Amino acid sequence: MSLFDYTIKELEAKLHNLEITVEELVKESYEQIKEVDGDVHAFLTLDEEKALEKARELDKREDKSGILFGIPAGIKDNIVTKGLRTTCASQFLDNFTDPLYNATVVDKLEAENPVAVGKLNMDEFAMGSSNENSGYEPTRNPWNTDHVPGGSSGGSAAAVAAGEVLFSLGSDTGGSIRQPAAFCGVVGMKPTYGRVSRFGLVAFASSLDQIGPLTRTVEDNARVMEVIAGHDKMDSTSADVDVPAYTEALTGDVKGLKIAVPKEYLAEGVSEEVKNSVMEALKVYESLGATWEEVSLPHSKYALATYYLLSSSEASANLARFDGVRYGVRSEKAENMLDMFVKSRSEGFGDEVKRRIMLGTFALSSGYYDAYYKKAQKVRTLIKNNFDKILEEYDVIVGPTTPTPAFKVGEKTSDPLTMYVNDILTIPVNLAGVPGISIPCGFSEEGLPIGLQIIGNYFDESTVYRAAHAFEQATEHHKKRPQLGGAK
Amino acid sequence: MNFETIIGLEVHVELKTASKIFSPSTNEFGSAPNTNVNPIDLGYPGTLPVLNEEAVNFAMKAAMALNCEVATDTKFDRKNYFYPDNPKAYQISQFDQPIGEHGWIEIEVNGKKKKIGITRLHLEEDAGKLTHGEDGYSYVDYNRQGTPLIEIVSEPDMRSPEEAYAYLEKLKNIIQYTGVSDVKMQEGSLRCDANISLRPIGQEEFGTKAELKNLNSFSFVQKGLEFEEKRQEKVLLSGGEILQETRRYDEKTKETILMRIKEGSDDYRYFPEPDLVPLYIDEAWKERIRSEIPELPDARRARYVNELELSEYDANVLTASKQMSDFFEEAVGHGADVKQVSNWLMGEVSAYMNKHYKEIEELAITPDALAKMVKLIENGTISSKIAKKVFAELVENGGDPEKIVEEQGLVQISDPEQLKQIVNEILDQNEQSIIDFKDGKKKAKGFLVGQIMKATKGQANPPLVNQILAAELEKR
Amino acid sequence: MAEISKEQVKHVANLARLEFDDEAVEQMANELSAIIEYAEQLNELDTENVKPTTHVLDLKNVMRKDEPKKWITQEEALKNAPDQKDGQIRVPSILE
Repeated sequence: MSLFDYTIKELEAKLHNLEITVEELVKESYEQIKEVDGDVHAFLTLDEEKALEKARELDKREDKSGILFGIPAGIKDNIVTKGLRTTCASQFLDNFTDPLYNATVVDKLEAENPVAVGKLNMDEFAMGSSNENSGYEPTRNPWNTDHVPGGSSGGSAAAVAAGEVLFSLGSDTGGSIRQPAAFCGVVGMKPTYGRVSRFGLVAFASSLDQIGPLTRTVEDNARVMEVIAGHDKMDSTSADVDVPAYTEALTGDVKGLKIAVPKEYLAEGVSEEVKNSVMEALKVYESLGATWEEVSLPHSKYALATYYLLSSSEASANLARFDGVRYGVRSEKAENMLDMFVKSRSEGFGDEVKRRIMLGTFALSSGYYDAYYKKAQKVRTLIKNNFDKILEEYDVIVGPTTPTPAFKVGEKTSDPLTMYVNDILTIPVNLAGVPGISIPCGFSEEGLPIGLQIIGNYFDESTVYRAAHAFEQATEHHKKRPQLGGAK
Repeated sequence: MNFETIIGLEVHVELKTASKIFSPSTNEFGSAPNTNVNPIDLGYPGTLPVLNEEAVNFAMKAAMALNCEVATDTKFDRKNYFYPDNPKAYQISQFDQPIGEHGWIEIEVNGKKKKIGITRLHLEEDAGKLTHGEDGYSYVDYNRQGTPLIEIVSEPDMRSPEEAYAYLEKLKNIIQYTGVSDVKMQEGSLRCDANISLRPIGQEEFGTKAELKNLNSFSFVQKGLEFEEKRQEKVLLSGGEILQETRRYDEKTKETILMRIKEGSDDYRYFPEPDLVPLYIDEAWKERIRSEIPELPDARRARYVNELELSEYDANVLTASKQMSDFFEEAVGHGADVKQVSNWLMGEVSAYMNKHYKEIEELAITPDALAKMVKLIENGTISSKIAKKVFAELVENGGDPEKIVEEQGLVQISDPEQLKQIVNEILDQNEQSIIDFKDGKKKAKGFLVGQIMKATKGQANPPLVNQILAAELEKR
Repeated sequence: MAEISKEQVKHVANLARLEFDDEAVEQMANELSAIIEYAEQLNELDTENVKPTTHVLDLKNVMRKDEPKKWITQEEALKNAPDQKDGQIRVPSILE
């Protein structure tokens, strides 16, 4: 048996009918990790002993009901787990073995009894699009380990793609769930801002961050979302809006669905392969009875600059708490107070994190605030208005998730701006705060996955899931598996 | 050249909510270090603030009591700076939309009344406490982190250290009446920084100001400002220049000492707190809070003078602390004579408090007991002298004055026949005093009264004793 | 604007409590200049009458009741601290 062969729902049934045990399933997960993670590097910390203990405990239970019961899962390492090391892939937090509390999403998961097998690799503090900014060995793309898995939730996407876990949690600030999902050929949902609690998500950019699930299928994804979504009193920005049963939206019926396709999303910079895949996808939708029209999101070109100013500014404050006083690694060279701050931070943070802190500090500093930070906040309003207007008329917006398939390791590390351009199609969604999903919609000539992005209205993840599911069921892309370590 | 002194004060007041402003930790002074903390207070990664509604209510109450306009739209901002007692390296504060603005309070110095403007009042979180050890290390206790704090910034309206002192007294008085803070400087629930500059009389423009910190009592504020006033005058008269600097007041040398010279303004990189949503304070909310504000000291003082017919002085003393004033009100409410209660509070009660360093609420005597005791004096059951004995018992051990009087047999002797007998016994024993009295030595009568009181253990009714003694002396 | 000098980089680094060697300062100055120059394109847009967005959702007055709750012990509070003594976290003093 391989985890590859079943969906979460199928495994739940097998566990329920005692065809398999949770222990078998969890062991299978660790075996796969042992088999492939030396190449993929999706995990930073494994929790094998506790996970197996939990598996055995679950096997003893009479009541094996519950969504996700016994399902092996991975958690991105910027989501805090009580008693389990949480590093955000930063050397600064290398010794952070117990964050003292669980993120709300972790508590919500635990109530349904999946089994967390470990913590997943990422770009340090979620800053990056390739995982090359991990403070540890970077994750590689399971489809071709010469390529990046995307980022920042590269570990989360790769672990699912490589069959190490059935689902994982990631976080998305400017595309950090959708972009690696596209690169790794899995399904990744960034929910509406405020849909999933951020309590316990180590903040990168508070006004943009959202936690979301990565899975192999749309249905699996909807199942996980049902568990993690919902209002949380510990997060003032979480919305008190009812969570529908997302799985019930998966009817396969998209007749009459109105799709908007922004011309800016198929413009210069988007590769032919990707464009073709998206056009093919639109044909599939047509065949299913949906209609599409070209629209414009005129301020999209300003999204990247807006995003980098806003996210870096917020990050400069959010990452200031890493000062070497209460947790993390204090520099051994700290001889006085100023030294403690400066040396602990300078030694603990990687280059990209420093670059963003510098940019954000500059954008907020005296004399520049209005010109950069406040200006960007205003442009954010314009970008949001673009989306609002389109979504008044259309059910979903469809386009590519990324301009190209996964690039090669080291290909874009020299120039930060080239790297940033990778997120140009995902960033506007975070700025507007609407939900967006990436699902597999084809493969490049090199055999690398291509992602289709479906964007919906505020709190209307159901329609996004319905559209994603209908496409998935009408195509075969999600059935293809990577061949790790060559032929296997 | 003559100079005019310009003073502005920044006062921080801790609000006594049950829990902290952004986390559910207990808000309490004096606990063992790092016991009233949780991951939010410690700035743990992933934690988020959630605003305590009561902190907003308290801030609104204080703002209204200080005659501020309360904002309808307000929000929180991050103020960024690194310090070990500031766990997130930003303080959640308010920048451009403070909860209160454009307030004022009235002070009185040397009989002259004056309004001092309040620029703004904003809500923020307090920092932890950093202490410097002898061992070359510093130590951090985060219990105080997240205590709700209001910062009250005055206009530069004060023209002398005395006015600054009066402003602080008044501010403390008002806040204390609202009940939102203990305003105890010794516990740090009220803290003050002062800005002072000098300018030649007639000049409009302000001079460069110095900021005074580490002012641990109102009198140190005044003394620090007095020193600084002279120091700056000296510098200016000798043709020197005042630098924009931060100075601290040294209690031992009674001097202000340079801490650092400010280069430009600090760059705190304020920006709107993305983890907290804005506040919208509608009229109904404002009205609810306004209706909860108790009578404030000025109104109370006026009432004491106009309705209770107390002197200005007495009214001032009684209302100087809310606890004293509340005690007074309650005792009077029990039907005791206003002047008597006032005299006891300002006399014996205050003397006892001063001697034993106690607050009125720490005394065993209750307003009800004081009222009963005063009534016993009024109806002649006990003399004022005996009352002091009863008071001594009440203030130490509490209890019911009527029972004390009864149990200790302290009831006043007011039976004329009984007194007449005692008076004559004393006269019989003091022939010489009678002779002296007849010779015109008035002192002799006093001596005889003393003897009578001694014989009755002070329980004789003094006016009656005087009356009977005079009559009996006539007869001899 | 757009050109960020080495002096500015040093100033900003000080605000952010980061340090860079000379070579890194120069590189940072170049990189930040490039990013800021790119960001200058926002000036093409007239935002005179546009309200800034801090929150995409229109939430207001999210508050909790004033109820204290115990969460962690003193031992836990100090658990991850690099240095501690007598219930307090120990840090180097301001001056050496």
